[in-house]
Amino acid sequence: MKEAELRRLLAANLLCAVSIVLTALVPALFLDGFSVLGTHLTWLCVCSVCVSVLSISLCLILKPSPSSKRSSLSNKVRFVGIKGVRCFVFQCRVLHLGYPGSTLRHFMSTNLLIQILFKTALNLAMSIWENSLQITTMCSILGGWFGAFPIPLDWDRPWQVWPISCSLGATFGYMAGLIIAPLWIHWNRKQLTYKSR
Amino acid sequence: MQRWPVLLFLAWVCFLFFSGIGLFMNGFLLTRIELANSSSCSDPLVPPPWDKQSLPPGSCWVPQRFAKVVLVIIDALRFEFALFNPAKINPLPYENKLSFLHHLATSQPHHARLYRFLADPPTATMQRIKGLTTGSLPTFIDVGSNFATYAIQEDNLLAQLVQNGRRVVFMGDDTWEGLFPKKFFRSYFFPSFNVKDLHTVDNGILQYLYPTVNSGEWDLLIAHFLGVDHCGHKHGPDHPEMAKKLSQMNEMLRSLVDHLGNDTLLLVAGDHGMTETGDHGGDSQREMNAALFVYSKTPLFGTDPPEEPEAIPQVNLVPTVALLLGVPIPYSNIGEVMAELFSGDGDTVSEALQQLLVYHINAKQVDRFLHSYSLVAQDLPAEQLQHLQELFSSAVEEHIQLLAQVQSAMPVSPELESKIRSLISRFQLYLRQARAVCTQSWARFHPLHMVGGCTLIAASCLLCYVASELATVSDSFYRSCLLYPLLWGLVTALLRGLACVFTQEELDLLLLLSWAAAASLLGFFWHWWGWHPKRARLLGSQPPLASTGLRQRLRVWLGLAFPMGILLFRCGAMFSDSFVVAEAQVAPFMLASLVMLLIGKLHWDGHLTVPEGPRQQPLGFSSYRKESWHLLCLVAVLLVCVRLSGFFHQCREEIPQCRPSVFLPPLASLRNTRAKNLFYLLCVALLAGLVYAVRSWLRHYGNLNSSDPLVLFVRWGFPLVVLCIACYWAVASSAEDSLGKLQELVQVAVIAFPWAVYGLVSIGLLLLLCHPMTVFAKDSRESAGSIVTPYQGIPSSKVDLLQVIPQLYKRMQESEKSRLERRSCRATVAAYGLGSVYSAALVIALTLLGFLLMLLHTERLSLAFLLLFVEAFVLLHIHTRARSLAGDTEPFSVPWFAVISWLLAASQFFYSTGHQPIFPAIHWNAAFVGFHLDHSTNFLPAVLVGANTFASHILFAVGCPLLLLWPFVCEMPSSQKKKSKREPQEELQTVDEHMMEMRLRESPEKFSTALLQLGLKYLFVLGAQLLACVCAAVILRRHLMVWKVFAPKFLFESLGFMVSSICLLLGISLVMRVDCAVSTWFSQLQLR
Ligand SMILES: [Zn+2]
Ligand SMILES: [Zn+2]
Repeated sequence: MKEAELRRLLAANLLCAVSIVLTALVPALFLDGFSVLGTHLTWLCVCSVCVSVLSISLCLILKPSPSSKRSSLSNKVRFVGIKGVRCFVFQCRVLHLGYPGSTLRHFMSTNLLIQILFKTALNLAMSIWENSLQITTMCSILGGWFGAFPIPLDWDRPWQVWPISCSLGATFGYMAGLIIAPLWIHWNRKQLTYKSR
Repeated sequence: MQRWPVLLFLAWVCFLFFSGIGLFMNGFLLTRIELANSSSCSDPLVPPPWDKQSLPPGSCWVPQRFAKVVLVIIDALRFEFALFNPAKINPLPYENKLSFLHHLATSQPHHARLYRFLADPPTATMQRIKGLTTGSLPTFIDVGSNFATYAIQEDNLLAQLVQNGRRVVFMGDDTWEGLFPKKFFRSYFFPSFNVKDLHTVDNGILQYLYPTVNSGEWDLLIAHFLGVDHCGHKHGPDHPEMAKKLSQMNEMLRSLVDHLGNDTLLLVAGDHGMTETGDHGGDSQREMNAALFVYSKTPLFGTDPPEEPEAIPQVNLVPTVALLLGVPIPYSNIGEVMAELFSGDGDTVSEALQQLLVYHINAKQVDRFLHSYSLVAQDLPAEQLQHLQELFSSAVEEHIQLLAQVQSAMPVSPELESKIRSLISRFQLYLRQARAVCTQSWARFHPLHMVGGCTLIAASCLLCYVASELATVSDSFYRSCLLYPLLWGLVTALLRGLACVFTQEELDLLLLLSWAAAASLLGFFWHWWGWHPKRARLLGSQPPLASTGLRQRLRVWLGLAFPMGILLFRCGAMFSDSFVVAEAQVAPFMLASLVMLLIGKLHWDGHLTVPEGPRQQPLGFSSYRKESWHLLCLVAVLLVCVRLSGFFHQCREEIPQCRPSVFLPPLASLRNTRAKNLFYLLCVALLAGLVYAVRSWLRHYGNLNSSDPLVLFVRWGFPLVVLCIACYWAVASSAEDSLGKLQELVQVAVIAFPWAVYGLVSIGLLLLLCHPMTVFAKDSRESAGSIVTPYQGIPSSKVDLLQVIPQLYKRMQESEKSRLERRSCRATVAAYGLGSVYSAALVIALTLLGFLLMLLHTERLSLAFLLLFVEAFVLLHIHTRARSLAGDTEPFSVPWFAVISWLLAASQFFYSTGHQPIFPAIHWNAAFVGFHLDHSTNFLPAVLVGANTFASHILFAVGCPLLLLWPFVCEMPSSQKKKSKREPQEELQTVDEHMMEMRLRESPEKFSTALLQLGLKYLFVLGAQLLACVCAAVILRRHLMVWKVFAPKFLFESLGFMVSSICLLLGISLVMRVDCAVSTWFSQLQLR
């Protein structure tokens, strides 16, 4: 494994995290009445689109798969596809576990199954990029799960409503995952040996 | 198989938990101490007033103002019912109905006044009657004794009246009969318990009310009307029936006022209010705000009424009525007189002096009570008492000075008058503070008992965990971990008993049991500690944990951490009132999370995907095994079930925006006939579907072939039960008035059908106990022909042909086989359904119980029960599939995941059958399924209501052994092809693959161990939840919500624990009973 690649990963992830923070702040300058809580859905869309675009372009620029076979076009498309879909879905992914109270939840139940399909590579990770993908995914699921906990509490805060706290939790989890992933890979670089074909 | 030790061990563990619960309850739910003292006329309490003015004859303490009082109690008369707002154009059914009260109050403002009458929680009728007559605050524990009304021991208004030679006449609610035996000069009681009966009590009262009033042979007349309350329970306040009832009350009051004399005071009071659903018992605003209306034909009030009706606590009525009638205030009263009723017709100064007098008497009485109470009990905080004492003595001192001043300067100056007023407000302050102190601290605890109870429960949990982790149990285990601890406990109990005898102490049974439990717990841990290393040495060559690598241990630990983490979250949720309130959502959330975690873990471990082949498939659907797809489908079904079960929730008052499920009220309350019929058909169809499903499951496993009485019962009795239930629902949900002449027939049918169901179900359960075998043996030793001839003789039923063979179990183990072969008889015994004989018995028992419990619920909740059965079935399958996918090596131990999800489903369905852990949400109507009017004892209604409340606990606990049995039942033959070959030779080869539950019989030691472990795991998880509740109650005992949320939750949880543990024992003993029967069957087979 190359240290350089790890550094590139860290940079990319930090960029992603910063972009999420920016999506919470920047649109407020252009849009009237924009706030993360008030116009949650708008923010969610902006955030998802930004992260998707950013990660896809990062994928293309940084050429994540060094080995020649893996960098075939189909693989690249596949990887980008996963990443894009994940970014779009990750906010809602937790909803299948989420608090009852919406019909959307029902629809999302199937999401997990889709997720499992997409993440078959969990223990066949090919590169640190895929490893990072797994970690951020896990973290955002966990974040969303924990996000459901404040809902019943009687604090009467505006974010204690069903989708908001879950998706906020997922976002925080995702950001945590972005930072945890390079560190975890760094610490476990001895055990991680990627097959190169 | 060791049956008795297993049962004894589990029973002993249950006993440990029960004693812990008992000890804790004893410390947590203390009642206020009732003083035996009573006030009397000759008390030196009151010095003669300022002038040596003599009291008129028959008056005590103060001259009486009224000769007679009529107290009309309209049960559950909410304040809004009595309020009249002429501006309202479209009043709700309960609004603007008591127009006569409004008329009186506006036309004679100095004669009549409406008050907001604040009932103290708990707002149950019996507690309120107690409060209204003793002037004290009944405590929480009394709620439980609502079924049995005990005579009031404390000094009370009625006792004072009787003591002073007054005549009290009562008519109405027969709860009073038990509370005040032999206190009434004349009484007309009517049964109160049947809440569906709106008219018996009221019409009875109306029949006697006016003649009694006219006769004049009374001093206090109490009429307690129940119609409004019953109408609330049956229809809710927002119903045309309520409008009728309130109009009836209005007419009653109108004619009653015509009959009253000038010396009579009329009080119209509600004992409590009602919620939006018509229930009561808690402390929400709607339940606590009752109405009080005061009227007299002589002027009462010196001032005009305030804009907004004044709010007065309910206890204030007692001292007021006592002094108005000229009798002593009851000894334990903590209420405050309603001073404006003592104003009289004089000038403002004499009015103020009169009020000062009654306040002085009232304050002295309260001070005397607090003094004697603090001598008996230490629960009122000392510094607050001290403060009250100072307040009181300074006020009394000033009173004496003031009286002297008033006497010397007879035309009282305005300055003096203002002094009198300020003194009155100081007495008022004292009385209010005293009441607040009492209210605050009459929820007192016994910390030692509480801690002791907690410790016992925690230690029992630990015991369960420790014992369930043992791999195998042997005789030595039972000897050292059951027998010795039991001996320890017995010896301790004996010693303690002897000590009590010698010291002449009073023997407290509960404490004795707790000592025994604690000693036997200690004994267990002591012997276990000693026994454990011995066992390790016996195993010798491979100590269980030391040799396994760190990684593997970590793996095991991780596998345990997920379900335990969920359990921990669930227990943690008990500590927050918000989470307890939202538990109906939290439990299903936890269940879904747990199942998802399981799937995630299986996926992580790579069990869901096809093992990596030579050419690795890219991502896609094909990379999943077929079984994984089944598993994922099952999970989807489970999630759908969980979601659907949310439609049956009851609401708590803490969540105001919550609307109770539309499925909860009985069909009879539906006004839309079409919808009613549709729902009825749907419910009946579902019942029939359930029977069909159970029968086809049994047929699938060949348990429906024999002609045993039990099987016949399943064939014919089940449809009969369904028919009876359907008829009962039809009769019960039909409109009451429309049947006309058939009324009497309907009355009979409403009783007869439930009894038919009770009878049939008990016959079924008895049959199950006597002949639990559902096996059909076909002995082919004589005719060695084709083995498979379906019993029913219908050759077309291919299912039978295909499915019967896997059920075959040849009892020939090697020795047997050779013996038979020596007899030169190449024959086999084909036993249909032997492979699922244990599960079949449990399934039949569960179905019977399900029928019974559905009968006790309202019709449409049978939908929830169906969901319950489906969800349990799906959970069992998920558990089985997950195990087979994970390649579990230990078939005899049920994983924690399964036990915890089973229990989470149990709590989920507690809520999804329309229950909540609060008292107003109890379905009291269940006590009248099959009973028309009153119960002679309290036992039967308690059982019926208990069964209704804990229905899901019962079903899941009885079904718990299925967790162990199901993987064996679903055992899949390794190859599908072998199934279709039916030659006897083939059979012999495939014997091993179709043994199913007979695998359990093969190793009886392991079977009994497995049952014990399963029971212990179940008790551990239950116990952990209970422990969390108990700890929450201890830690948060001064929390604002403790009586509203935590204490009821604790009570329900502990009752649920008791019900569950007993049902668990019953379920396990049923399995053992089947095992006995199987053994007998085998021995008979050998004799043949
Ligand atoms: Zn009542
Ligand atoms: Zn009631």
